[in-house]
Amino acid sequence: MARVLDTGNHFAGDVLALAGEANRGARGAICGAYPITPQTEIVEILRDFQFTKGRVVPVESEHSAMAVCIGGSLAGARSFTASSSNGLAYMVENIFAAAYYRLPIVLIGVNRTLGPPWNIWTDQGDTLMLRDAAWLQFYTESHQELVDTILVAFRVAEDRRVLLPALVAEDGFVVSHTQMVVDLPEQEQVDRYLPPCNVPHRLRGKGVTVGGMTFPHETEKHRWEIQQAMERVPEVLAEALDEFEKVFGRRPHGALSAEHTEDAEVILVACNTMARTLRRAVQRRRAEGQKVGMIKAKLFRPFPRKEFLRAIGPAKRVGVLDRNHSPGSGGIFWNEIAATLQGRSDVLLQDYLVGLGGGDVTPELIDEIFDDLAARNQAADPVWKEVPA
Amino acid sequence: MTTSAYLREQRDLADGILRPGNTNCAGCGMSIGLQWLEQALENERPTLCIPACCGIVTAGSFPTSAYGVPTVATTFASSAAVATGVASVYAMNGEKDLTICWTGDGGTYDIGVATLSAAAERNEDLLYVCYDNEIYGNTGGQRSSATPRGVKTSTTPKGKAEPKKDMMAIMAAHRIPYAATLSVAHREDFLRKVRTARRTKGFRFLLMLSPCPTGWKSEPEDSVDLILTAVRCGLFPLYEVFEGRRYRINARPDGEPLESYISRQRRYRSELLDLDALRAGIEAQWAYLEAMERTFPAGEHE
Repeated sequence: MARVLDTGNHFAGDVLALAGEANRGARGAICGAYPITPQTEIVEILRDFQFTKGRVVPVESEHSAMAVCIGGSLAGARSFTASSSNGLAYMVENIFAAAYYRLPIVLIGVNRTLGPPWNIWTDQGDTLMLRDAAWLQFYTESHQELVDTILVAFRVAEDRRVLLPALVAEDGFVVSHTQMVVDLPEQEQVDRYLPPCNVPHRLRGKGVTVGGMTFPHETEKHRWEIQQAMERVPEVLAEALDEFEKVFGRRPHGALSAEHTEDAEVILVACNTMARTLRRAVQRRRAEGQKVGMIKAKLFRPFPRKEFLRAIGPAKRVGVLDRNHSPGSGGIFWNEIAATLQGRSDVLLQDYLVGLGGGDVTPELIDEIFDDLAARNQAADPVWKEVPA
Repeated sequence: MTTSAYLREQRDLADGILRPGNTNCAGCGMSIGLQWLEQALENERPTLCIPACCGIVTAGSFPTSAYGVPTVATTFASSAAVATGVASVYAMNGEKDLTICWTGDGGTYDIGVATLSAAAERNEDLLYVCYDNEIYGNTGGQRSSATPRGVKTSTTPKGKAEPKKDMMAIMAAHRIPYAATLSVAHREDFLRKVRTARRTKGFRFLLMLSPCPTGWKSEPEDSVDLILTAVRCGLFPLYEVFEGRRYRINARPDGEPLESYISRQRRYRSELLDLDALRAGIEAQWAYLEAMERTFPAGEHE
């Protein structure tokens, strides 16, 4: 394993290439590639990589990028691509189709604000738009976690008990375009970690029609089967992490990371790089003797309700940092956590909309939110922080 | 016929592209096209990528399918991109299976045109067949950009004002190895062109005028004769384009009047029907094709 200094996007491209190359002994690798800021280096790296058995197709749109992945995956190859923001929005029809075909495609979502107004900075609204698309969703906080989670995502998605596509999110620019030192896996390790990709329902010359018409009761069963597959994810993810530790000697976070929550009175929840800033704030307050904790939200689909309830522990105040917004409702993580906390009227849950459109979520802002939450007697509507007057 | 010969025949039928028993309308040109495609490809078992169109309704409902070969029901705009993925993975695994896009005019002229153009520009090793019934058929007959001028559809109640898009010219402009038009009234020509397409490497485009009694408001038994008439009156030229530059015309108009095509389809009974404009369009198209064939003829052995 080499210690390498590079950007999040370069690492994401490198790891997708390693994963694709690892399937050279099986049916190879396929990728439909289309550029969008801030994802572009990922497809550039993939186009430049010399696969033993693989092809990266330079298509004319995100919609076709996912379509190529669908066709390639149906023909049995390991399949992956990357996009951002409006590119993901353009891809949506085939994103849903990929899951409904039960294809284990891995998609890197480099978080960027949906426009207009045009804005290239990070905001999780683009990938959270895909909340109901039957994809697994992982949110990563650092370059190392991005590298590790991409490999874990392939392993979980391709597991026969799951067979659903997986999205791995990284913050645009904050991760995609900054450099960090990472333990970059070797091909031989990835070969050991990822079993050959086996799409059991791939095209095999038989007279079978994939994706044809079904009536309501069969469609309902199809959706129920997807829910069953989602419910098997925690078990499959735990195994994938055990195996990861054996091969790579480190263990990435699982569905979430609960930190200082055992005796915490106040907990803040955040995903992606916001979690790193939050961690500093928690550590400083802990050093001052305050009983605060945090939950780094990583797996968003399936949403880990049980782990969440366990992680909250005795805390009676939970605040959510949402760098996304569902207009007419509030933050999307907050909505999930509110559903998770049904029946827990003892817990005050407050949503904070922060850093929308890529604004900095600073340690000072997090301090302000900790103070606000500690002083509240009851929850209010989602609070907009830092909206200019 | 002996029992075993009968059973063998039945089994062969079941293994073909189109199995017996489907719900296509009587007089549907696409059904003829699928059967002739199968005859032209003999014992081959292609993979079909079919977007939203009557061609996927043909399959019927899960778990049965009228298609006896591997078939993917793709999203509407995606058949050429899904097929790119399928064909790429077959090729990288040394498999010779032919991948075919089987699409309607909506998926070709309209929503799928960017995907089609991109696959053609990349010269993907695909056979793309458009069965063009000049209408959104299974949604109940709305106009597409393949609908001819003067035709009444559910979204052009007075008749369509704009002329039909020239898809062959668009595909020729991509300089793809082979493009040709297909008629369900000219079987030998149809089979020969499918076989030429099969032999050719790279992107191949076949455009079939597909009679649709339901949408054309015509009689099912007239379907094949309507296409024969369309060829004879010059409305639907049969021709081939090699590398997007060399032309061969396969049949010329023989003086059959346009009215014998128009009068048997109630879709043409519209306020905006302008026979002179249609005739002028046909003449201009023939002047263009004749000039192209004269100036850039296909090679003798093409």
